[in-house]
Amino acid sequence: MDWTYWLFGTLRWSDFPPKPDLIATFAASLVILAPIAVAVILTVTKRWKWIWNEWLTSLDHKKIGVMYCVLAAAMLVRALIEAGLMRTQQAMANVGSPVIGADHFGELFSTHGTIMIFFVVMPFISGLINFVMPLQIGARDLTFPFLNAASLWLTAAGAMIVNASLVVGKFSTGGWSGYPPFTELAFSPGEGVNYWIWALTLTGIGTTLTGINFAVTLYKERAPGMHLMRMPLFCWTALSTSILMIFALPPLTVATAMLALDRYAGFHFFTNGAGGNMMLYANLFWLFGHPEVYILILPAFGVWSEVISTFSGKKLYGYTSLVVATISIAVLSFTVWLHHFFTMGQSADVNAIFGIATMLIGIPTGVKVYDWLLTMYRGRIRFTPPLLFAVTFLFCFVVGGLTGVLLANAPVDFAVHNSLFLVAHFHNMLIPGTLFALIAGYMYWFPKVFGFRLDERWGTISWFLWSGGFLLAFMPLYALGLMGAMRRTSMFTDPQYTPYLMIALGGAGMILAGLAALGVQLFVSIRRREQLAVPVGDPWDGHSLEWWSPAPPPEWNFARIPQVDGTEAFTAMKRDGQPYVPDPENYEDICLPANTGIPVMIGVAGFVCAFALTWYIWWLAIVSLVAMWALVVLRSWQGEPMQTFPAELVRKHTEEWLERARAATPVDRFAENAPANRGLAEPIR
Amino acid sequence: MSSDKKLHPGINIQHTDPKAHLEAEPIMFGFWIFLMSDLVLFTLLLATYGAMSVHGIAGGPTPGQITDLTSAGIETALLLASSFTFALASIALKYDDNQRALKRWLIVTELLGAAFIGMEIKDFVTLAGKGQVPQVSGFLSAHYALLGTHMLHVASAIVWMVMIWPQMKVPRLKKLVRLRIMRLALFWHMLDVVWVAIVTFVFLFGAST
Repeated sequence: MDWTYWLFGTLRWSDFPPKPDLIATFAASLVILAPIAVAVILTVTKRWKWIWNEWLTSLDHKKIGVMYCVLAAAMLVRALIEAGLMRTQQAMANVGSPVIGADHFGELFSTHGTIMIFFVVMPFISGLINFVMPLQIGARDLTFPFLNAASLWLTAAGAMIVNASLVVGKFSTGGWSGYPPFTELAFSPGEGVNYWIWALTLTGIGTTLTGINFAVTLYKERAPGMHLMRMPLFCWTALSTSILMIFALPPLTVATAMLALDRYAGFHFFTNGAGGNMMLYANLFWLFGHPEVYILILPAFGVWSEVISTFSGKKLYGYTSLVVATISIAVLSFTVWLHHFFTMGQSADVNAIFGIATMLIGIPTGVKVYDWLLTMYRGRIRFTPPLLFAVTFLFCFVVGGLTGVLLANAPVDFAVHNSLFLVAHFHNMLIPGTLFALIAGYMYWFPKVFGFRLDERWGTISWFLWSGGFLLAFMPLYALGLMGAMRRTSMFTDPQYTPYLMIALGGAGMILAGLAALGVQLFVSIRRREQLAVPVGDPWDGHSLEWWSPAPPPEWNFARIPQVDGTEAFTAMKRDGQPYVPDPENYEDICLPANTGIPVMIGVAGFVCAFALTWYIWWLAIVSLVAMWALVVLRSWQGEPMQTFPAELVRKHTEEWLERARAATPVDRFAENAPANRGLAEPIR
Repeated sequence: MSSDKKLHPGINIQHTDPKAHLEAEPIMFGFWIFLMSDLVLFTLLLATYGAMSVHGIAGGPTPGQITDLTSAGIETALLLASSFTFALASIALKYDDNQRALKRWLIVTELLGAAFIGMEIKDFVTLAGKGQVPQVSGFLSAHYALLGTHMLHVASAIVWMVMIWPQMKVPRLKKLVRLRIMRLALFWHMLDVVWVAIVTFVFLFGAST
């Protein structure tokens, strides 16, 4: 009897730090030291109770949204450092001095892709939708607040599994798409692929549940009069993304579960022999993977619609066409998955059909770009950092879209597939398209969340660094791809590549500087928060209901649920009515779900379960799985406890806000970055 | 909003419990959406089965060689009967105040479900006894994964029912329990629908080859 195996699975002392090379040891110590630093800070400032009561156990959609964004930001730092390391490696190796080995490079591109998609963009999107969407539709919370918290902590558990791989053992080297047979036991025997499988499983379940929650909220919790065709465009994109999450995440769950069965139980879904077929995996994975691309981009389109319309001081041009385009993209996204493997053996006819379907997506996307341009046309444009990002987006996204249409031609794809041309293409879509939208959305809604604006100068510096860095880092990759440089290669030995690789390295450095500028911006803004405060809550002359509340909004969002009569509900209020007049009749007790620690504990149990499965520690896996469900059962016995905010408290809070609104001086649009901006807008006439 | 309005597909409790009826609207709607997501999972497993039953034989048994129509027939009868008894339980949930009929029909449903699982386990054991385990071929992997996933769903529904059982006595949870049984009913009927697809594409298809 092998007791070590029964107790610890395949986990051994040699899997723990120190790691063989310096960079890996450094990374591992960061993962260990960062939580210790946070714990020390919490202990010194005596904030353990505060963080537990105010944040970790909260079911408030606004706080959950903020926690999603914090998770995304932390993971963004890691993924960008990895990107910088990969650029360094390729540039230095080409001139004869590599910094890391091929296996380490393989881990880097696998974690970079996995993290950016599943643990940066997805949580960031969930965070923004969580915070903004209920406010925009005039709701007090999502339909299922407990489920919302559970989804957050499952996603966080998945992220922590990826981080644990920095310390204990290794991560997969199979890329973010984890193609078998390479990821089968025969070729990747260690724990790496297991880490990848269980991290994705945790976040996949969390995201499916989040999608259900968002969709139900959007269908069932809208304020009276908020018809679907009156919702802000961000809500439409949130709805489309939720529907995609509901239908597109199950294929990922199925694909990873089958891969797990192959690896753990000797099944033959994707193995080389015994009837296994990796094409099955390719189809299942991209049946998820392609809609996933639109899960990432559609909410970004929503953010751009809000940002461009607000900072152009105009109603969104072509609202209906934007809605139709959004839904068209969502539907078409299910019809193009095969273009991810044109070269893997289908007939020319099949490739042609999927190629045409792919090009069709260019039509609704083009409609959107024109709508945004026409929204800006003759608008009163203020070049605030979010709008600057939007301008970069409009130019770069069109370039990326054009290279996408090129790749949609199967013959072209045969020539450039798997090259850096492809890498340049999808970064060209996802960085200016999605990541810039997330940064713009962060700067746009930050004053609503925390009650003060972000420093504009550092925002502009950050925009310059991000935009320039993006162009420098990825335009050379188009050229390199056409010259024959393949993706996921740890080193080239072609002197012709050197100038391009060096420029790309410089671009990566600029992007990291852009990230640092965002950090400085946050730091500077926190220090200047008195000057930047916008307590009335409408710093940009916003159009939708989220701006009709104090900044930060109270837990109950709205003292009374508004009646909506058209699109741009808040603009209508400011034009026709008096949004800041008290309504003494209408205060009532407000019931919201009480805090609970169960979702956090579900997340912890999920983390332990995934970790145990990764290392084949069966007893622990079973115990933690049972614990997860026991916690669900425990919750079912509690009977959804609520907390009540008495009418008197609501009245007091609301009247203070209205008092501040009456005392504030309205600011003109071109003074919105002056300290005079307290969040009360002077309407444009 | 008129209380006579039917707010969601499924059992309508507006006259017997109007408050729960109103609260049921978003909750039941959410559960329907969850079921759609779950159905995508089964659809993909069925598609995998379809591909593997042709391309994944690899010298192992064919669908025709592992199909036991008698056993599948008994399983189908058990599961369809359990859906019928659950429908009777739903009607009892709507009209029966002291829950006796509800409890009776839920017990019958549980027993039928357990018998179904017992039959499936017997099938698996028989197959394994002949050396036809999932490790033999891609086709058998798909077969076990599809039927196993369905069986796991039925088993979890039974566990769910058992977990609700003690809560039915707690007055404070009355409304929640009502909503939970309504969702459990939808789940149970969906598993029936999935089983009909399995019978068609696995057993009848297998018997016809």
